[in-house]
Amino acid sequence: MSGGQLPRWVDLGLIPFLNLSAAFLVSGLVVILIGENPLDAVKVLLWGSLGYAEGFGFTLFYATNFIFTGLAVAVAFHAGLFNIGGEGQAYVGGLGVAFACLALDQYVPWYVTLPFAILGSAAMGAAWAFIPAWLQAKRGSHVVITTIMFNYISFSFMVYLLGNVLKKPGSMQNETRTFEDGGRLPFLNDVFPSFGFGYAPVNLSLFVALAACVAVWFLIWRTKLGYEIRSFGANATAAVYAGISPVRIIVVTMLISGGLAGMMAINEIMGSQHRLLIDFVTGYGFVGIAVALMGRAHPVGIILAAVLFGMLYQGGAELSFEMPNITRDMIIVIQGLVILFAGALEHMFRPAIVRFFTPSQALAAKEA
Amino acid sequence: MFETIILMMDATIRVSTPLLLACLAGLYSERSGVVDIGLEGKMLGAAFGAGAVAYITANAWLGLLAGISVSVLLSLLHGFASISNRGNQIVSGVAINFLAAGLTALLGQTWFRQGGRTPSLPDGGRFTEIVWPFAEQVRNIPIIGPFYAEVLSGHKILVYVAFLAVPLTWWILFRTRFGLRLRAVGENPAAVDTAGISVVWMRYRAVIACGILCGVAGSYLSIAVGSGFGVNMTAGQGFMALAALIFAKWKPVSAMFTCLLFGFLDAAGTRLQGVEIWLIGEVPLQVFQALPYVLTVVLLAGFIGKAIPPKAAGIPYLKERS
Repeated sequence: MSGGQLPRWVDLGLIPFLNLSAAFLVSGLVVILIGENPLDAVKVLLWGSLGYAEGFGFTLFYATNFIFTGLAVAVAFHAGLFNIGGEGQAYVGGLGVAFACLALDQYVPWYVTLPFAILGSAAMGAAWAFIPAWLQAKRGSHVVITTIMFNYISFSFMVYLLGNVLKKPGSMQNETRTFEDGGRLPFLNDVFPSFGFGYAPVNLSLFVALAACVAVWFLIWRTKLGYEIRSFGANATAAVYAGISPVRIIVVTMLISGGLAGMMAINEIMGSQHRLLIDFVTGYGFVGIAVALMGRAHPVGIILAAVLFGMLYQGGAELSFEMPNITRDMIIVIQGLVILFAGALEHMFRPAIVRFFTPSQALAAKEA
Repeated sequence: MFETIILMMDATIRVSTPLLLACLAGLYSERSGVVDIGLEGKMLGAAFGAGAVAYITANAWLGLLAGISVSVLLSLLHGFASISNRGNQIVSGVAINFLAAGLTALLGQTWFRQGGRTPSLPDGGRFTEIVWPFAEQVRNIPIIGPFYAEVLSGHKILVYVAFLAVPLTWWILFRTRFGLRLRAVGENPAAVDTAGISVVWMRYRAVIACGILCGVAGSYLSIAVGSGFGVNMTAGQGFMALAALIFAKWKPVSAMFTCLLFGFLDAAGTRLQGVEIWLIGEVPLQVFQALPYVLTVVLLAGFIGKAIPPKAAGIPYLKERS
């Protein structure tokens, strides 16, 4: 019973929809369990995330993070690799952004700093993914395990750097100095005042994220390298017979993946916080897994999934104001359920759906 | 100096215990071919279940039972997704970690209203130290006395459970029919299936064993060392146990020594904070925190032997297509 027997819209539309519905249904049950009305909660969530311009701005801000980390996981998926280290790669990517901003912010405007920040973050993120990639390619040690280890190594590494090396002299906080204007991306509210984004930190890195989506689409589906990546992911043995070097594909794919994860730091560090600080990633790297799964590793799907998770983050924050019983931990529960139903249990509904569609297709075949 | 060493050994055993329990838990699961990166979530869920029930009933044993139940339920969910539905085992583990992190904090806040923590345990809700016979009398005998009184005696019962689980696990895995089949199902499930043994049922039993041990590990944190559940109190120990499992090359006795090593690094890091070491100077705490993971990566790189996982680990078993 393979996927080929189902119409395309069922495979790409109906099944993900059913999986997502199951996740939200169970989330609703959790809300009932803690004694609140799930329909009221949905209303607050939708209003908080889409109902007014500032809320929508926050939704887009979170979505920007999720696009980067989602793309990172998706690119690795295409090569059959599971990069679970987006968290660490984004964290270390922050170093690249901070170096560019700290070096340039007093001398040049932001649009000169930005290319260096992009390069820096991508380079640092890629560097952090390199050793796991190399170990997978050369030594066969599983990339899932090594990237988990590298997440924890990055936590200690960054705490040490921020606490002992990069710290602003005389400060108690473990963070760098605040960047001047040359190290700050303009907020969308300043670029498009008429939209009324208010205090929402959504900034120009949203467009960097969208450009990255186009670039990933082009890379995966329109270049020779992308073809090799997909071939390797679909059948590594066949790809090797076709003359594709597994070492090269694994290392290059993981570098791209790590670079994309690292670029998430542009949005947080250069776009919003304007300084490098401890724990700015706070789970965005892990959520990238859910985003990539839901978005079926396609850039368009990832944008939609990223906006959905942005809505959950922003709406969830609003929810914890309006209904104090539903704390922000509810968002983590919903993420867990989405990963469970859209990822681990993705085949659960398939047999029933195949049964449902098979007779009608068989009839159609007879008539034709 | 000698006193310091004794105190360090004592601390090492206390810190190693949850690692060892979770590591053995992962060993059952992975030896059967089910990769489990949800150890962290299961420990966290168990810590919450144990903390909550031990507070309500003021009975540590009921707390332990609740902790084990929560962990086994999460294990069954992992089994349902990765054995019955042949889903991706990594994804399922990630989902369990998310679910446990979110649900424990959310339900903790709803039920106890202390920011997600469970209230401090009443008398009887915590496991107490077991003092071995004559521990006080022999304390003054040089070397052996303090070792007996501090290192061997005076731990919670779950510590002894953890270290007794090591030979027991070895015996089950390498000396029983169940153990042979468990290992076989992780190496070559098709062969086991041909022999007329259910792959699915074997793997379910392995993840249940994993759930029980993870449950003890989590309960140890909240009702033996701690006095109640705290938000995210496992703090990555499940992942460190996973690292230990790889470092130990999926062997029970090596697992014990690895967990003791990782526990020792933790204890040393805490003790050496701000201390100048001769010739080296002050070693930052973060070095000790990162060292277990660095060592595991070095091992994976093949510089200290080679870690070869069970052959069928991570691959869902599919009978011949109908």
